[in-house]
Amino acid sequence: MDEIASLLEPQIPSLRRYAWALLRDDEAADDLVQDTLERAISRWHQRRSDGNVRAWLFTIQRNLFLNGLRQRRQRGVQVSVETLDEIPAADGATDGSAGLRDILTGLDALPEEQRSVLLLVGVEDLSYEQAAQVLDVPIGTVMSRLSRAREKMRQFMESGRGAVLRRIK
Amino acid sequence: MTDDRPIGEDDLQAYVDGRLAPLRLRAVEGYLADNPTTAARVAREAEQRQALRDRLAFKASEPIPSRLRIANLVATGRRPARVRPAAVAAALVWLVIGINLGIFGGALFGQGFSLRQASQDNTARDAITAHRTYVGERLHPVEVAADQEAHLVQWLSRRVGRPLLAPNLTHQGYRLMGGRLLPAGSEPAALFMYDDGQGRRLTLYARSSPSEEETAFRFETRDGISAFSWIDRGCSYVVTGSIGREELLGVAEAVYRQYEEKAVPAPGNL
Repeated sequence: MDEIASLLEPQIPSLRRYAWALLRDDEAADDLVQDTLERAISRWHQRRSDGNVRAWLFTIQRNLFLNGLRQRRQRGVQVSVETLDEIPAADGATDGSAGLRDILTGLDALPEEQRSVLLLVGVEDLSYEQAAQVLDVPIGTVMSRLSRAREKMRQFMESGRGAVLRRIK
Repeated sequence: MTDDRPIGEDDLQAYVDGRLAPLRLRAVEGYLADNPTTAARVAREAEQRQALRDRLAFKASEPIPSRLRIANLVATGRRPARVRPAAVAAALVWLVIGINLGIFGGALFGQGFSLRQASQDNTARDAITAHRTYVGERLHPVEVAADQEAHLVQWLSRRVGRPLLAPNLTHQGYRLMGGRLLPAGSEPAALFMYDDGQGRRLTLYARSSPSEEETAFRFETRDGISAFSWIDRGCSYVVTGSIGREELLGVAEAVYRQYEEKAVPAPGNL
């Protein structure tokens, strides 16, 4: 029990941040983290002894998040999980400062797999190997997904400024 | 020695993440110096990576809520399967005994019992008064809100002189709103308030009770407000709400259990 706590608790701030970035709601995020920790505790014996606890926890949490989305979709509730296929046209910045957008709006414009790779690698500092494990893809896919995600984010963040420039021309 | 492999997109991503080995880093820096457009692109991606980190940093530095403590989760996870039916039955037995004693106690038992009963009655009455005063309060129902739960619990524990906790009542459908310090005779008492999201509120009142070590659950109701009170390990607890006896019993039982679990494994917690 003390061993479990000493291995799991240091990961909680990071799990809460990842959950919040995905759900953007304090209570829902902590519910997801709680489900993650409960599952980790109940399956403690199943984790590979050589495995990485951090990657294992993020894997559980992401899978629970995806299951939650699937269930909500089956119940017919509309959730904005799918990618915005087009990068929304910039109609002036929502926060009032021209051309400056909240980075989280950019994050929301990405499909889940790109959002997750940006968060896991860029924010939670998972190694590329750990990210590959969490996302259940080869490491090469992690790199190309990361590249696409950053490109899309960059275009999104710049589309405000771009539109302004086009209008001036 | 140099690294002559051609620069790839993966190198650029690892550059953005600051994860290149020194030798490869030099090769990528050389490449970027010759390719200003790519260099500008990579610089912006690094800025956005940092912006995302900065934007989300607050969440990881928040104190973690007590419901995510592993000790609490381990306790909760085990409970439904094994402990619960027995605990409910035991609580019901104590409830029946408590009510009977409450009714007949004065007649059947001696002076000592009556005095003890009286002090518990006073505590329950104080708790119901506090409940009535603050539950209806719109602007300032609590002094310290639940987002500062760790601080709240530490502060109230210190003032009351007992290791308190704000029990997790999410399984009963209630969330912690916060708490406040109250006068209780010559001593302070703590009041935690919970909300079910539909305007129904519960309070947990706690104060030290040095004269008494342990009592059964007692139920009483006053002007539509119900309360369960008990004393355990020298601390009086009263759970109060305008809800049915069964539901309130479930809450009281959850509070009792969480205090028991806290007391057993880690007496030196505070």
